[in-house]
Amino acid sequence: MEDFEDNEFDGPIKKFMYVNRKAPYGTVYALEGLEVVLITAAFDQDVCLVFVDDGVFQIKKDQETTGINMKNFSPTYRALEGYDVEKIYVEKESLESRGFSEDDLVIPVEILSSAEISELMDAQDVIVTF
Amino acid sequence: MDYTVNDQTINADEEGYITDISTWSIDLAGTIAETENIDMGDDHWEVVNFLRDYYEEYQIAPAVRVLTKAVKKSLGPEKGNSKYLYELFPYGPAKQACKIAGLPKPTGCV
Repeated sequence: MEDFEDNEFDGPIKKFMYVNRKAPYGTVYALEGLEVVLITAAFDQDVCLVFVDDGVFQIKKDQETTGINMKNFSPTYRALEGYDVEKIYVEKESLESRGFSEDDLVIPVEILSSAEISELMDAQDVIVTF
Repeated sequence: MDYTVNDQTINADEEGYITDISTWSIDLAGTIAETENIDMGDDHWEVVNFLRDYYEEYQIAPAVRVLTKAVKKSLGPEKGNSKYLYELFPYGPAKQACKIAGLPKPTGCV
């Protein structure tokens, strides 16, 4: 009774990587991708998130969306920790070429070079790109 | 399934979640609770207010597992467990309490 909603799952644990490549607004990819991550977080898999290219804009601090009449969903990335999604990586080259540093981001991340991200990709069972 | 509170109509979807969070009020919460057959006491309000704070901070309604963990962290283990939360909200703390709190259906509640 105590833990009946905890979704105990006995299947093999796979390594999932979600790659976020697009800016947060203008297309629906970023928001839908975030929802997929939050929903699949319930299935006790080994999940990591990567932000590359314009995807780094998704976790940029101080987003102001009233002018485009969209909800600013960047605070939701801060909920990932509560969903036990703690492996979050940002590609160094993408971050720096946009003039950002780690201090510009809404969540703590690990910054990896393009080569390190490639290695990480090699180690995954499933890669989903948004 | 709209609600009527103080002669005002509040729009809701077919499952009873209000469509515009800014139309929420304490009176509306009472009305939604009645339709859910929940007799709101201090313990119910504590969870509803907790959910509203969570939404304010993260802009989503948490999945039940995440809610339970967050309640445990903030209100202690005697409240942050399934048994306690399901006693307050028998049809699911995330679903029922979120509805009463005026939040959307929880993300991760399929």
